[in-house]
Amino acid sequence: MPEVVLRLEAASHVFHLGSPSETRALDGVDLELEQGSFTVVLGTNGSGKSSLLNAIAGSLPLVQGRVYLEGRDVTGWPEQRRARFIGRVFQNPFTGTASDLSVAENLVLAGSRDSRRWLRRGLARDRRAAVEERVTRLGLGLERRLDTPMGQLSGGQRQALTVLMATMVPPTLLLLDEHTAALDPRSAEQVIRLTQEAIVEGRLTTLMVTHSMAQAVQLADRILIMHRGRLAYDLSDARRRRLTEDDLLQLFDQLRWADRLDESAAAMLQRAYV
Amino acid sequence: MTLLIGAATVGLILALLGLGVFLSYRVYVTLDLTADGSFLVGAAVVAALLVRGVPPLIATILAAIAGAIAGCITGLLHTRFLISTLLAGVLTSTALYSVGLFAMGSGNLSLASATSLVTQVEDVGQRLLGLEPSMSLLVTAALLVAALVLGLTRFMQTDLGLAMRAAGSNPPMAKALAIDVDGMIVFGLALSNGLIGLSGALYAQYQGFADIQMGIAALVTGLANLMVGEALVGRRSIGRWIVGAVVGAVVFRLLVALAIRAGLNPNALKLVTAALVLGVLVLPQLIARAGRVPSSGKAPSHA
Repeated sequence: MPEVVLRLEAASHVFHLGSPSETRALDGVDLELEQGSFTVVLGTNGSGKSSLLNAIAGSLPLVQGRVYLEGRDVTGWPEQRRARFIGRVFQNPFTGTASDLSVAENLVLAGSRDSRRWLRRGLARDRRAAVEERVTRLGLGLERRLDTPMGQLSGGQRQALTVLMATMVPPTLLLLDEHTAALDPRSAEQVIRLTQEAIVEGRLTTLMVTHSMAQAVQLADRILIMHRGRLAYDLSDARRRRLTEDDLLQLFDQLRWADRLDESAAAMLQRAYV
Repeated sequence: MTLLIGAATVGLILALLGLGVFLSYRVYVTLDLTADGSFLVGAAVVAALLVRGVPPLIATILAAIAGAIAGCITGLLHTRFLISTLLAGVLTSTALYSVGLFAMGSGNLSLASATSLVTQVEDVGQRLLGLEPSMSLLVTAALLVAALVLGLTRFMQTDLGLAMRAAGSNPPMAKALAIDVDGMIVFGLALSNGLIGLSGALYAQYQGFADIQMGIAALVTGLANLMVGEALVGRRSIGRWIVGAVVGAVVFRLLVALAIRAGLNPNALKLVTAALVLGVLVLPQLIARAGRVPSSGKAPSHA
């Protein structure tokens, strides 16, 4: 039986609690992720995908439920403490890197994600060489721009480096939040390739949010479809094998019909009784 | 010549103020008004201790620590209670005004009869090297500032310094890399105000008294130093930036001394300082506006 890396128990979060616009971003989500699995989360806007990721990362506090990382209860841990075990790539390519620091400085910081930062020289020769070697392996020619301020690089280059930074110290769990959505098709493809390489090399456990059905069927071992803060469908390995983009679209249609049915039922009840 | 030596010495002492403001304004992109209070408190603490016969070196270090504590308080108000840095700084420096009065016992405290770092340096310079008092002060101030610049530049390139800069540059990224952003803000403001407190302590000893008015416009003076420095030295690397803060302070003081010599009313000094900072902030916008082609209803595209 493979090891469970992440476990969510009845995770709930409510935006605008107690106000008329109260929304259940997460509504009692139970989830287990196994070591080495690649899980993709799909869902419409506002379905709770990003909330799920943020709740795991610790940037969104739960109103109810618990989060376990490798068996440890991390529910009360702040984001920066969980980050020792979690690598993260954001949708906005500028969120994952610091513009005012050089490329090499950004990478060195990423390389000390799991250790205490004290007065060691950031760009000592051995560390710089290690960083240079990793950047060279990306194959984007960025090893010649190690001393350039990160702010001068393009979104695609920065996102490629963010992927490297998130996986530089192999994380227990890798969270990808629509991390290619803001890139042009070529950069997106490049970033996906680098992501896959890093995941295979580090045998990483990955949770990825995306809008792209194509990415989902291409990459995932397991597909989750979120709807109204719940996991509406959990398509794990056996079922996924023969899934196509059309199958996924059909599931989305079903959800939409169910919604309409709810609405018309509510309207009918209203007509009958009010 | 004496005038210039004096002005350069004051410039070097105020360069520490510039370095402190650099840390809050450029690393954390925040206007930390604690500066006004911590400059005063540094001066007040050192004066109060010196007249009680505390060894000058210890008194000066304690004054710097007092400034650092002030920075900690502002940092904690901001990070723990989510008060804006601007308000937190104003609150702290307002409170420090009273602290300054308590420490000094009155609005003004003379160090004429006390042994201070300044009298010690003058003595040693004269006895060992036969230097003019003003010259020994200038040399000592230059050595101290050089050491601090070197130390600070080095520090900014250590793991801790990088974490601090990342926390200022991009907080979400810093958190995702397991950096305690709140802790870094408190630490950074403590370091910044420690330097400013040290600057106040040295300034009081140089002029031979501490005065309750001393902290007024410390932040703006520090900003003026930074901007002159950035204009002269540039901001291409962290080392340049730090050196710029020092060069800016010295050049600014020299200009002030010359202007006063040429007949500028010293009362106008703060007005000129504020105008300088305003000018540096506004000029680029004016230039950009003047250079823009009158648009025919079409917005410029930002690709």
